Amino acid sequence: MGEAIVITSGKGGVGKTTTTANIGTALALMEKKVCLIDTDIGLRNLDVVMGLENRIIYDIVDVIEERCKLKQALIKDKRFDYLTLLPAAQTSDKSSVTTDGMKRIISELKQEYDYILIDCPAGIEQGFQNAIAGADKAIVITTPEKSSVRDADRIIGLLEKEEVVEPPRLIINRIRNHMMKNGDMLDIDDVLQILSIDLIGIVIDDDEVIKASNKGEPVAFKPSSKASIAYRNIARRILGETVPLQSLDTNKGMMQKVKEFFGIRA
Amino acid sequence: MAQEKRQLITMKGTKDGLTLFIDDSCSFNQALQELKYKMNESKPTTTEPVVAVRVKLGSRYLREEQISELRQIITNENRFTIHSIESDVVLREEARQWQANSEIKAVNRIVRSGQVLHVTGDLLLIGDVNPGGKVMATGNIYIMGNLRGIAHAGVDGDTRAFIAASYMNPSQLRIAHYISRAPDYESDGVYMECGLVDEEQDKIIIDRLQVLPQKRKEINRFERRMQNG
Repeated sequence: MGEAIVITSGKGGVGKTTTTANIGTALALMEKKVCLIDTDIGLRNLDVVMGLENRIIYDIVDVIEERCKLKQALIKDKRFDYLTLLPAAQTSDKSSVTTDGMKRIISELKQEYDYILIDCPAGIEQGFQNAIAGADKAIVITTPEKSSVRDADRIIGLLEKEEVVEPPRLIINRIRNHMMKNGDMLDIDDVLQILSIDLIGIVIDDDEVIKASNKGEPVAFKPSSKASIAYRNIARRILGETVPLQSLDTNKGMMQKVKEFFGIRA
Repeated sequence: MAQEKRQLITMKGTKDGLTLFIDDSCSFNQALQELKYKMNESKPTTTEPVVAVRVKLGSRYLREEQISELRQIITNENRFTIHSIESDVVLREEARQWQANSEIKAVNRIVRSGQVLHVTGDLLLIGDVNPGGKVMATGNIYIMGNLRGIAHAGVDGDTRAFIAASYMNPSQLRIAHYISRAPDYESDGVYMECGLVDEEQDKIIIDRLQVLPQKRKEINRFERRMQNG
């Protein structure tokens, strides 16, 4: 019996889709059977980030309206078998997706998969309600910006009212180390103090993420990049391992260290 | 016969004015009749000073229209003004309301953005009020946690109400109809302070908790709203 985790944020553009793709990839790399569901009807992206856009034949609305079987709509990842995607519809009317329909799909997927990751649309309307309907757990994503933290707070409030079994956990995304140090950005403690939920991971703002997602290849495949390690750590924490938080300091050269010692800014 | 002899209406002069006792074992109509008679008997001249009257009803409960009838008889053509009408009896409903208004409601949660927590009486919140969240109470608000959102005390117009918090960095404080907001620049909050209406400046001020014993003596009295009510 699998576990359904919804990935949500309230605010748009903080990295829900990228995170879903990467955590899914990281879990699959650890040989867990993973199914990603895109619930952002009309603005689907997850297929693009995964590089599976061309393979879509049926989508989630077709499944709900029973134009096809669930198995027919699932797309196997081109790189390996552990990962599948249930894409969102791009054209259909989104009113046909209901909470009951979502619950039905998810409970069916749970028989087959270890982890079902649900990519939630931005906002708190019906799309959000649908996305959280069948979830057992929730991960809330925020960036260290006030507006994003505010929306995350709102979302946590809504999630606490729902019957999502466990309290949501937090990912702080797009951390820019130098800005945090200068105090130009909220730091991790500030965010945690306001949201007061458990942190499951932090992800540094990494150019590799954008490069990778443009190529349709989640950054989690690249073992060297900082963001990739962060996503893999999050996946390990989802599996129940205890992994210490990544150090924010970038590897500095000797010269840099000497300069800092003398108080010279690079 | 014995009943007719008994005085249904008794008046007593005190230094504050006149106290009028209405017997509570007779019917209301009987009492009114005797009252009318007595009032006519003692018709004063217009040169006499106005006298304040306290009406004591004993264990008699009067409905609104009965009270206005009583009022009319006493004040009509007389140099009387009614200071108060007191009864030893209250409706169950009113009593419940009084109780609700004088109780402290303890709530243990985080009030997050977009959430509103509204209570009757005093609010004791064990937890934070996050930016965008709002707590409201008809009485005082005590927050054991961080106040970063909006707190509104004395919602029904009690300007004596106040807001106390372990950490105070609100976006707005409201007390009755007063509103004050945080400055436009980023500011650090303050610890163990309270917000209350300063009568002289006619606005909300934030001060140390230590000023409360002087400025709001009534909080130490358990039944303060019972007495006000």
